[in-house]
Amino acid sequence: MSTRGGDDVGKTSAGKMIEQRHSDVRRKSDPSLDEARLRQQAIGVKLRQMFDQVVNEPVPDEFLEILKRADARKSGQD
Amino acid sequence: MDEKRKDHPTDPAREAAFKAELVALIPHLRAFARTLAGDPTSADDLAQDAMMKAWDARQSYQMGTNMKAWTFMILRNQFYSEKRRSWRQTQLDQEAAERTLVAVDDPEAPVALDELRLGLYMLPAEQREALILVGAGGFAYEEAAEICGCAVGTVKSRVSRARRALQGILEAGNYKRDGASASDAMRAILEDAERLSALR
Repeated sequence: MSTRGGDDVGKTSAGKMIEQRHSDVRRKSDPSLDEARLRQQAIGVKLRQMFDQVVNEPVPDEFLEILKRADARKSGQD
Repeated sequence: MDEKRKDHPTDPAREAAFKAELVALIPHLRAFARTLAGDPTSADDLAQDAMMKAWDARQSYQMGTNMKAWTFMILRNQFYSEKRRSWRQTQLDQEAAERTLVAVDDPEAPVALDELRLGLYMLPAEQREALILVGAGGFAYEEAAEICGCAVGTVKSRVSRARRALQGILEAGNYKRDGASASDAMRAILEDAERLSALR
């Protein structure tokens, strides 16, 4: 990945795209692929954040009460 | 004699262990339900139903196997069987998304999160759930396939299509939100992700 200016790099599609966007000299690899990867990573982070936000909410008492009642009902039958 | 009792489905120690594990999963069931049902109230109803179904089926659960995947499968089946009963709800995905969006009217609320939620609801349901299970729920493709009752390859292709579609939605802005443009949504998400990774 980190080879710079090798002849074989120029033959790959990534290399062609670098030529097309060579104004972006800060990056060694294909900037559009980097950008896409960055965006997917950002979406992934937000997705987990969205999910974890609910996971970290305090569980409403109702849940445990329902379970407790079901457990008691079962014990009562024994 | 003792060994035999310990393996017995009605063994009190086993029941207690099952219950403890189930209770620990409640936050995750709520989160998964929220992504399926959209609004928090019906999501909690769904999570409670799934929790009770799991409790009722506790004797058929094999201790030591993946209880998280097992309960998620129960929750998912519950959701789709309810959905079949009321066909109207198939029309409500988009409306639920909009309601969720309206519900978060706090100007201080993280904007990017709402955009993501709305984008998610624009995906086909099977792509949405695959992406959530793998991308947020922490399931392996194999586990997600088991939960959804489909092939591993199907899950993989759904996840990859969902990722591409979601990015497209967030960038193209095929939705409205107080006149905010789509590039703002993607930019906000990128900034937020950068801020979060900087915190780690």
